[in-house]
Amino acid sequence: MRRITCGLVALVAGFMCFPAFGQYDLSGEWSPRYHEDQPERIPGPDMVEFQGIPINEAGRLRGLSWSPSLLTVPEHQCKPHPSDYAHRGPGRMRIWNEYDSASQQLIAIHTRLRWQAPERTIWMDGRAHPPEYAAHTWQGFSTGRWDGEMLTVTTTHLKQGWYRRNGLARSDRAHVTEHFIRHDNYLTQIVIIDDPVYLTEPFIRTNNWVLDPRQQIAPYLCDIVVEVDRPQGTVPHYLPGQNPFLEEHADRYQLPLEGVLGGAETTYPEFIE
Amino acid sequence: MDWLNVRNQRRTVANIQSCALLAVCLWGVGAVAYDGGAEAQAEIGVLPVQGNVYMLVGADGNVTIQVGEEGVLIVDTLREELSDRLLATIRELSDGPIRYLISTHAHADNTGGNATIAQAGSNIAGGNVLGAIADAGETAKIIAHENVLISMSAAETPLPFAAWPTDTYFTDRKEVFFNGEAVQVLHQPAAHTDGDSIVFFRRSDVISTGDIFLTTHYPYIDRDNGGTYQGIIDALNRIIDLTVPADRQEGGTMVIPGQGRLCDEADVVEYRDMLTIIRDRIRYLLGQGASLREVLDARPTLDYDGRYGADSGSWTTVQFITAIYEEMS
Repeated sequence: MRRITCGLVALVAGFMCFPAFGQYDLSGEWSPRYHEDQPERIPGPDMVEFQGIPINEAGRLRGLSWSPSLLTVPEHQCKPHPSDYAHRGPGRMRIWNEYDSASQQLIAIHTRLRWQAPERTIWMDGRAHPPEYAAHTWQGFSTGRWDGEMLTVTTTHLKQGWYRRNGLARSDRAHVTEHFIRHDNYLTQIVIIDDPVYLTEPFIRTNNWVLDPRQQIAPYLCDIVVEVDRPQGTVPHYLPGQNPFLEEHADRYQLPLEGVLGGAETTYPEFIE
Repeated sequence: MDWLNVRNQRRTVANIQSCALLAVCLWGVGAVAYDGGAEAQAEIGVLPVQGNVYMLVGADGNVTIQVGEEGVLIVDTLREELSDRLLATIRELSDGPIRYLISTHAHADNTGGNATIAQAGSNIAGGNVLGAIADAGETAKIIAHENVLISMSAAETPLPFAAWPTDTYFTDRKEVFFNGEAVQVLHQPAAHTDGDSIVFFRRSDVISTGDIFLTTHYPYIDRDNGGTYQGIIDALNRIIDLTVPADRQEGGTMVIPGQGRLCDEADVVEYRDMLTIIRDRIRYLLGQGASLREVLDARPTLDYDGRYGADSGSWTTVQFITAIYEEMS
């Protein structure tokens, strides 16, 4: 009888050692692949290259008012990409898991990227998101759950960010859903952004990585310096109707201007016709 | 309560030690309150900021409190009808003596609880002061720029005398050292009103801005009480001068706005950028000879209205643009 009891205990204990249903290991060094949207992601987008993003009229005006000189203002120089955009840039990524030492339950999944070295925590322990009046951060507050072998992440409390690094603003009221899907040594991330301030419908895009155990992520430092001697409080921007780059992208690729100004209609193949 | 009494000091320290745990619990209460109905909107949320400083969140305004061995210092006191609830929330964080109230400006939604909160506190007085003013130590001091006192005492329906500032300053700053840290009360002329103060907790590294900075809507320019749009922009630039971000333009000096969520420098920068851009647009239109109607029709705030604008209520987008236009005309 004692043997049977011991066997049952061992069996139960064995089951308890298994991860939660569907839990899947994403940890490792992931090297980004830029085949998708390479011109936008690596050299960077043109000014007034807004197509493919379902911005509203307000979002378009934000983009048309944006001057790249803003990034020379000291208080803008060391802003990292927010977590809903960061993977678009130089996105070498490290993923590691954090476990409770006693229960071996997964508490959190952490990520670190190369550019500006943002570290992010995705809480996996079922905690609630903080109240709206808590601070917003570049990485936001993220919680995750396993949908089978797919990690689904919900992020709130983001600082104001951007859809493209050409001035298309994403508001701090955005709600972001991500799905991380691993196929052997490939990792795909699907990002879905709901933004009641600057979008007319959810914006969806994907990023991909390949597992690269040899990858290293160097430290990334950012020192603020005064690059241009300006009066205090100067905010470079273009007045409405005075953006000198309005037609540059359209002319370069021989596209109609209405096509590059973005909006939900420009996200659909029919628009090209 | 004698603040020099060692036993009371120990009790206060114990209270401080329990604050973190209590605040975490209250965080949860606040989360429920935010998503609740009208009744829950009256709840006051509690958010530990850093150092000795907490942010208390009412339905339409924030309170900053600093808690330590010497007692409690409070910045702004919400509307009068919330004063009992505010006092109860403060008492959940500390039963130490309430020594100082600081009013960042004169509006009733920031000074309404002054009388109740001050009367629940006390201050240290002695010598000739006690001889001349028998009740000098019986309430907490209420610190404000002297224009706050002038405004509150001259109001058509003034708040009770007990709510008025008792310790005013007319220079560019007043300084207090309390709970082991320097607290600077910095006057910002002609901003939200003519009596605005920014409160800088130097050791905790937290700034309480009053209604100069909000995350909920466009700033209210109280032109009848000496407020100006350019003054608000100047105030935001001063806050940006005072703040030092930690890593990657985040954290470091934390900023408690008059209304809305906890912020840091990057959030103030976005707000400053917005107000500067709107100012430049309206200035350009004025330079073109545009009338108010033409400025309104040009929609110079279009790209920010979805975030900060309002078509109804006490401070609409039209009122905001009109105030800027009239100031710049």
